[in-house]
Amino acid sequence: MFVGAVFFPLLGASIAGFFGRWIGDRAAQLATVICMVLAAACGLTAFWQVALGHSSQTIEILTFVDVGGLEVSWALRYDTLSAVMVGMVTLISTLIHIYSVGYMSHDPSRPRFFAYLSLFTFMMLMLVTADNLVQLFFGWEGVGLASYLLIGFWYEKESACAAAMKAFIVNRVGDLFFMLGLALTFWTFGSVEFSTIFGSIDQHMDATFAGFRAYEVIGVLLFLGACGKSAQLGLHTWLPDAMEGPTPVSALIHAATMVTAGVFLVARMSPVFEYAPTALAVVTVVGASTALFAATIGCVQNDIKRIIAYSTCSQLGYMFFAAGVGAYQGAIFHLFTHAFFKALLFLGAGSVIHAMSDEQDIRKMGGIWKKIPVTYAVMWIGSLALAGVPYFAGYYSKDFVLEAAFAAHSGVGTYAFWCGIAAAFLTAFYSWRLIILTFHGTPRADHHTMEHVHESPAVMLVPLLVLAAGAVLTGAVFAPDFIGHHWEEFWRGAIVNAPHNEIMHHVHEVPEWVPLLPTVVGLSGIALAYILYMLAPSIPGKLASTFGGVYRFLLNKWYFDELYDAIFVRPTRALARVLWQTGDATIIDGVPNGAAALAADVARGAVRLQTGRVASYAFTMIAGLAVFVTMLAFGAAR
Amino acid sequence: MNWILALPELVLALSGLAILGIGVLPKRNTHFACAMAAVGAFLLAAALAIGAPEGSAFGGQIVSDAFTRFAKVLILIGAAAGVVLSLDYNAREGLDRFEYPVLLVFATLGMLVMVSANDLMSLYIGLELLSLSLYVVAAFNRDDERSAEAGLKYFVLGALASGLLLYGSSLTYGFTGTTNFDRIADALSDPSKASSGLVVGMVFVIVGLAFKVSAVPFHMWTPDVYEGAPTPVTAFFAAAPKVAAIGLFARVLGGPFGDLAGQWQQVIVLISLLSMVLGAFAAIGQSNIKRLMAYSSIGHVGYALVGLAAASEAGMRGLLVYMAIYLLMNLGAFAVLVAMRRQGRAVERVEDLAGLARTDLSMAVWMAIFMFSMAGIPPLAGFFGKMFVFKAAIDAGLWTLAIVGVLSSVVSAFYYLRIVKVMFFDEPAGALDPRPASVSFVMAASGVFTTLFFLYPAPLVAAAQAAVAALLG
Repeated sequence: MFVGAVFFPLLGASIAGFFGRWIGDRAAQLATVICMVLAAACGLTAFWQVALGHSSQTIEILTFVDVGGLEVSWALRYDTLSAVMVGMVTLISTLIHIYSVGYMSHDPSRPRFFAYLSLFTFMMLMLVTADNLVQLFFGWEGVGLASYLLIGFWYEKESACAAAMKAFIVNRVGDLFFMLGLALTFWTFGSVEFSTIFGSIDQHMDATFAGFRAYEVIGVLLFLGACGKSAQLGLHTWLPDAMEGPTPVSALIHAATMVTAGVFLVARMSPVFEYAPTALAVVTVVGASTALFAATIGCVQNDIKRIIAYSTCSQLGYMFFAAGVGAYQGAIFHLFTHAFFKALLFLGAGSVIHAMSDEQDIRKMGGIWKKIPVTYAVMWIGSLALAGVPYFAGYYSKDFVLEAAFAAHSGVGTYAFWCGIAAAFLTAFYSWRLIILTFHGTPRADHHTMEHVHESPAVMLVPLLVLAAGAVLTGAVFAPDFIGHHWEEFWRGAIVNAPHNEIMHHVHEVPEWVPLLPTVVGLSGIALAYILYMLAPSIPGKLASTFGGVYRFLLNKWYFDELYDAIFVRPTRALARVLWQTGDATIIDGVPNGAAALAADVARGAVRLQTGRVASYAFTMIAGLAVFVTMLAFGAAR
Repeated sequence: MNWILALPELVLALSGLAILGIGVLPKRNTHFACAMAAVGAFLLAAALAIGAPEGSAFGGQIVSDAFTRFAKVLILIGAAAGVVLSLDYNAREGLDRFEYPVLLVFATLGMLVMVSANDLMSLYIGLELLSLSLYVVAAFNRDDERSAEAGLKYFVLGALASGLLLYGSSLTYGFTGTTNFDRIADALSDPSKASSGLVVGMVFVIVGLAFKVSAVPFHMWTPDVYEGAPTPVTAFFAAAPKVAAIGLFARVLGGPFGDLAGQWQQVIVLISLLSMVLGAFAAIGQSNIKRLMAYSSIGHVGYALVGLAAASEAGMRGLLVYMAIYLLMNLGAFAVLVAMRRQGRAVERVEDLAGLARTDLSMAVWMAIFMFSMAGIPPLAGFFGKMFVFKAAIDAGLWTLAIVGVLSSVVSAFYYLRIVKVMFFDEPAGALDPRPASVSFVMAASGVFTTLFFLYPAPLVAAAQAAVAALLG
């Protein structure tokens, strides 16, 4: 069963990928969906047994690498942390597979799509069940590959190819740091197995690397790796562009699962991070900054998917600063609830796009809520959960995260708290901006499109409803286990809080205004959006023209892409051009060409010696003789 | 006096006279019969050479050992193949006169005497017998201007080389008091006795021999003679006499002058370097394929001399193996050249091979094998020849020689591969005439050896090893 949860998706991917052409589109779809349903059944059972039934275990499969002191095996580590992830990933992936059957029904290469999707799921499961850092890295790279393939799924679109490459390259930057961190871990602990590393934390406490404590360096390196995958400030630029992929992909990979791998990594390595306070401070500051930064951009974007993408970026920031202040449980809990409501929002957006004949610009929507009531309702639910309105899932996790930041009582914690509060206000604002512009007001789409607006088929609506239920319920149901009074017996050491870290207790002792504040700012954000876009729709335009500089700064995403273009891309291209024209064309090509030309010249000269006259031949012979005799005469004299 | 040791030579001498007699008497054309008789004589002599006992005879004038056995068998194979290749060509070109096989028999006799010589006098007699025969066959197509010119050039320059050799021999005699190889070796066993006059004499001898193997700078006759002489004559030139002269080189430098290795090594290194480089570069611009093969053979002699320059047992062995392989693959390549006729006329330009793969695939494939082998591409025989000599050079510390050798074989690969390219990728220049069975036989035998040598190289290497052991005592 534990093995099945991981390997059923691989089976499905293999069937659809290798045999899709022979068995046809429908059979390939069916095979992957059935495999995913089986995986979900296994995954949920595992979640039930391991997380709720308290029975961790590790399943050895094969030895992967055994070289010198490095021994790596394929093993599935099932503790609460991975069980939570496995249950969540298999469930959401299954729902998205089902949704895709409807969403992709007009696409000509469906077997490929489903093969990639299942492959991704397998890789993600390998990542979360890894028993050692190398296996984790395998899954890490695997999801990167699947992400690349799926972003570029419509490879005939140039923008999709560019986005896929961008995602891959930016991720490689992060991966480099991950690899360095991995190497340093092996260097410090002499092992990459989690059990060995966590068991010998005390022994290497004073190890240093290049003058710094090894734990700090490992922590920072691994976090930089996580930044790439989880689109944190600096390495976030690929995520909005990744929306070029089909919408179910955005929902699965770029909202619910893959982008949270970084958070998972930090939680998984919590025993090391606990003794790396500087690294944790870095995590907190970067996470908090990302939360606020991405939210500001989300407020002015016009593409429905990009708004949600920046929202994802922002929410990942919340998770990181929760982990940064030591409340890994809160981070994972927010990850868990976020997966439901963000997948819901993306799939809802997909449903809107489907209804609007592939239109993604919210300025060209409006007035369609009566025509697609189910989508409208689930978008409300998702937004309510995202904004942290009480009793929806996001309320529990987000409040906990903010309380933890406050309860840290440290400089970075306070910074994170206020960033988080500001971001919460902006989150509510842009969520309702999206809802109002998309569904309300006068229709701004053309007549033809409006006539075709229709509710999605049942195969798409059912996953939406399931996710909506999750977005409503997961918070209230699981809060006591994840972060409430039962947290210690729920996690059972899957996440380690060092003895000096008592944040899980302090969280419950914050002043009364702290838990209220997020709700208040959330509601005021909603109110502001209502006023600006519902009651006085002329104001936003005026604001945009009055504060043109700020507006353009936000609209252009703080000019990150332009900055990177100037700092990295152009110098690299210039260097590449120099290497191409000077290095390759002139030197590398020039040497053989020059040698060939030289050979031709020498050949011409050698032929010229051959005059055809016997006298000159005889002269050459005598001259040669004279040279040899002279040579030896001098040799003999020596 | 143990004349049994000279039995192969005696058989050839008597056969030559007999064939001459048979050829003169009848009225009709006896070319074919004489040629067959010559081939028979070669085979008989080869059988006798294999079975010959060891020892020296005629007052130490000649010697018979594993080395002479090895060299004689190669020479006789080369000579027999040379006669076979000429059969059809001579008939078509009107050169089917009985003197041709007779001359080849006497030339071969000269070669056998050369390699079994144990005295500077018998050496000279063998060499001169060979040379005089070759001067005549080079000009055998006497109505053709180029052939006559080739014969004359070869004669004039050959006479000069003979003079140099004789002068060197007389200097050697003057400083050691003997012409016998063993005696010379004894005299030189104390190198301090090696006067500069003796060294000069040795250089003259080397020059005389270098002319025969056409090593740079004594190669100038080669392209002109190869191009001018009838193609089967060129094939003969490029095969057996090369082996004989190289064998003689090994005999003279390894035997009597063995203790002067430090001196002659410098000369041989230089000759070898120049030959490899010139052979590689000068062939690039050639459009006449016989001229191209002339430069190719100069280059191959350079590679073979790398083994001699190493002046070690491994080097000598490499030299002998190289020559054996060179002889056989060269015969195959020349078989293709002999077969190049279009509408009854011999053609000899590289472009005439264009598109051969489409008109005569099997010949194109054989030729490609010979060319790849000459370029030294594994697993063909030519690769192993080069490998043995380069390895010996490296073991002897002659890095320059090995590196230049490898680089020049890269350059020479250009013109070998150009022929392959012309045959396989160029537009056909029209079909060649059907080739005679005799030529196809030589081509196929040589091709099979070249291709499959790598499977079972042991017999050849072992024979060469035994020969070297006999040579270096």
